[in-house]
Amino acid sequence: MIPLLKIRGLTVEMSGMHAGVCPVRDVDLDVMDGETVCLVGESGSGKSMTALAVAGLLPPGSKLRADSLSFAGHDLRRTRSAEMNRLRGRELTMIFQDPTAALDPCRTIGYQLSEVYLRHCGGGSRNALQRAGEFLERVGIPAAGERLRQYPHQLSGGLRQRVMIAMALICSPKFVIADEPTTALDVTTQIEILRLLREFKDEHRLAMLFITHDLGVVAHIADRVAVMYAGEIVEIGAMADVISAPQHPYTRALLQCVPEGTSADGHFAAIGGAVPSMSQLPPGCAFSDRCAEAHHRCTSTPIPMLQLRRDRKVRCIGPEQARRVHG
Amino acid sequence: MARYVIARLASAFLTLVLVCVIAFALSAASSDTAISIAGSSASATDIAAVRVAYELDQPAWVRFFRWLIKTAHGDLGQSLQHRQPVSAMIAGRLSVTLALAAASLTLAVTLALPLGVIAAVYRGTLVDRAIVLAGLVGHATPTPVSAIALMIIFGLQLRWFPISGDESWRNYVMPAIVLGYYATPSLLRLTRAGMIEALASDYVRTARAYGLGRWSILVRHALRNALMPLLALCAVSFGAMLAGSIVVEQAFGLRGIGWLTYDATLRGDYPVLQAAVLVVATFYVALTLAADLCNAWLNPRIRYA
Amino acid sequence: MSGLVAVDLGRPRAWRRGLSRFLSVSGKSGLLIGGIVLVGISMTALLADWIAPHDPYAQDLTKRFVAPCWLEGSHPAHRLGTDGFGRDYLSRLIFGARVSLLIGLSVAAIAGGIGTVLGMISGYFGGKLDIAITFLISTRLSLPVILVVMAVLVVLGSTPTIVVVTLGLLLWEQVAVVLRTATQQVRQCDFVTAARLAGSSHGRIMLAEVLPNLLGPLAVVTTAVVADAILLEAALSFLGFGIQEPIPSWGLMLAKGREQILFETWLVALPGAALLALVFSICLVGDGLRDMLTPDAQ
Repeated sequence: MIPLLKIRGLTVEMSGMHAGVCPVRDVDLDVMDGETVCLVGESGSGKSMTALAVAGLLPPGSKLRADSLSFAGHDLRRTRSAEMNRLRGRELTMIFQDPTAALDPCRTIGYQLSEVYLRHCGGGSRNALQRAGEFLERVGIPAAGERLRQYPHQLSGGLRQRVMIAMALICSPKFVIADEPTTALDVTTQIEILRLLREFKDEHRLAMLFITHDLGVVAHIADRVAVMYAGEIVEIGAMADVISAPQHPYTRALLQCVPEGTSADGHFAAIGGAVPSMSQLPPGCAFSDRCAEAHHRCTSTPIPMLQLRRDRKVRCIGPEQARRVHG
Repeated sequence: MARYVIARLASAFLTLVLVCVIAFALSAASSDTAISIAGSSASATDIAAVRVAYELDQPAWVRFFRWLIKTAHGDLGQSLQHRQPVSAMIAGRLSVTLALAAASLTLAVTLALPLGVIAAVYRGTLVDRAIVLAGLVGHATPTPVSAIALMIIFGLQLRWFPISGDESWRNYVMPAIVLGYYATPSLLRLTRAGMIEALASDYVRTARAYGLGRWSILVRHALRNALMPLLALCAVSFGAMLAGSIVVEQAFGLRGIGWLTYDATLRGDYPVLQAAVLVVATFYVALTLAADLCNAWLNPRIRYA
Repeated sequence: MSGLVAVDLGRPRAWRRGLSRFLSVSGKSGLLIGGIVLVGISMTALLADWIAPHDPYAQDLTKRFVAPCWLEGSHPAHRLGTDGFGRDYLSRLIFGARVSLLIGLSVAAIAGGIGTVLGMISGYFGGKLDIAITFLISTRLSLPVILVVMAVLVVLGSTPTIVVVTLGLLLWEQVAVVLRTATQQVRQCDFVTAARLAGSSHGRIMLAEVLPNLLGPLAVVTTAVVADAILLEAALSFLGFGIQEPIPSWGLMLAKGREQILFETWLVALPGAALLALVFSICLVGDGLRDMLTPDAQ
């Protein structure tokens, strides 16, 4: 099966004030039709940058390098901006983290939604507005007609995010990149938004790249999980597999940090140390200075991805060492 | 919205009151009024008679209120030199200055808006740096210098426009260019800054993420958000031009309010001067008020608060 | 930050890069060029007594309107010619620098003082004081400065002192606005709160904690006031209400030279160029300072 999104060796290099820093390093990732892949990591791990790179929205001056970056047959490295504009919003859409800033404060909700629809699906403005209203109802916003005439600041945060989802889905895309869409919302709204996204995914065979730092969200929505640390993917596999049997020390540590009620002595587990600065990365594994199982080889040589099984990879020499020891 | 309007109106009213006090204080500060009216060869009785006739013997606050009431009725007093009602003199000259300011503002906006947008879109490149430099030079050029420079080049060397008088529209071209050149830099700076901020905003990123065309984003989203503060600055600039026209009008012999003020100052005709300050300040306050209200109406956050 | 020009434009050709850097009026290059010119003019003003070839007030009616050295009919003793009273133009220009700078700096001192006090009080205490001072600022903004100054000069006369004091009492609003905003920002900082908790009085905090952090914005806005003061003085002198004869003010020289604009163009070109150079260099320095103090990713 040909993946909808195929990424091989994606690297992003910054220029200007942070020249030489690579917030995304050698990322390999596939997303199939109808599949939801969660990109997990803490702030600064490079997950948002990866998403921006795919959507072609990197800040000016950054350089993108990849052995392969294709979406639905288009080579995104060579796509001209006019064609990119055709793809974006129609086949590939993006939901941003902060819905307040992401909507134009000077235009009504109806205007912004119908503008997107008109651009890609044509038809008259009245038709577009009607479809916008329909979609607002689909995403669970009541009194859609009234809402169309309102401005973003008149809606609550949860409603604004629903509007963003409506905008992302109004042209029936094949692929949605969701960059921490629920982070800015309260827990109840979070659950509703996730349910909404799952509904659409089931209904329309929607593929998603869902970025989050919250493992609880991953459990709700992911088919596969990719864990990122300091710009690299350190583990990737089916969600159930990664959650139940994590192979990378970082993934294991992350899972331990998820509070499931407090433990007997009221402790929150935390990972000692801090994420290394992107301009001062060690030659070997970036996690090695915080890793309990670190080997002297971990710090000195770059660690390649180890293929454990079909669709299961980890960037760590630990499992290989274990195999060698235990035969 | 209503609350905002009321607050602004109250503020504008208080400002006007203060302006009246200052304008009145200018005349009260002049000690030899009676003598200058009566003439240098007048006797003591004549001066005393003048004092009574012009009510100069009353305490200051009484005179202020009488003056305030008269002004509110449009009676701006009598010119000391020309023995004419000041209001008639000002009314006659106002249209000249208003026409000049309008032409200058149009020119300034026509220049500043596109240049500011271009500078923002191509930020950091040669084009941007050149535009910013041009704006800086414009800001640093004293009005007399640009007036004279234009006079020499277009008036005397090329003989395209007359360098003095106010008969036809041609007389307005060079003064409008000078005043426009004076107002352009600040408008340019604001447009550029506003556009840079708008282009870096999240909603522009969203628009790009949804494949909207470059020009579409520029005009329909970025520009609208960036232009809001521009309106207020235009109003303020217009007011500044009404005041600043004095140099240009004197230089080019254009007989508007500026020229009238200059003439009155030369002759020590303070009722005219006082009235000019009052008229221009009133315009200024009214313009700023109108601009703020317009801004509020355009900004959905205030309009539908 | 997502700009509209997201495509990497590639490295521009070498000459364009050089020109672009030359034109860069922001940051260090603008500050350097402006600073050099400004220092040059300041030194000229300071050392005027020694470098001026003649006395700027010395009249010689036999040598009226002598041409400068690049035109025919010039005189070796008067490199830049003479004016209508036979006074050496170069000397008048040199002393004119002193006049402009003295006026600019004195006005900035007065306006800066008033503006700093008002801005700091307004920003620090907030509340009713802030409302009152903001109202004062907006009232001042609605006054047409040049007209008010002219009116005052008519009533009180136009000696240099009166001109300076009047301008100083009117040009403080920029300083007040900038310092008010800056004070509000500094006031929220932790070290101010700490000082309050330690029991320092408001006055002490304002002088010892807040003020040192305001020096940056103050310097930047002061350059703007100096530039405005010089421009206003030039306009006033041009109209005849500012500096009076025989003091060599560049604005006055412009006014006088205007009558001879057709044949003795240098009479207006020289002081005009001098004014432009001075104000432009001040603006460059101000912009350069501002860019240095607020690092921006260009």
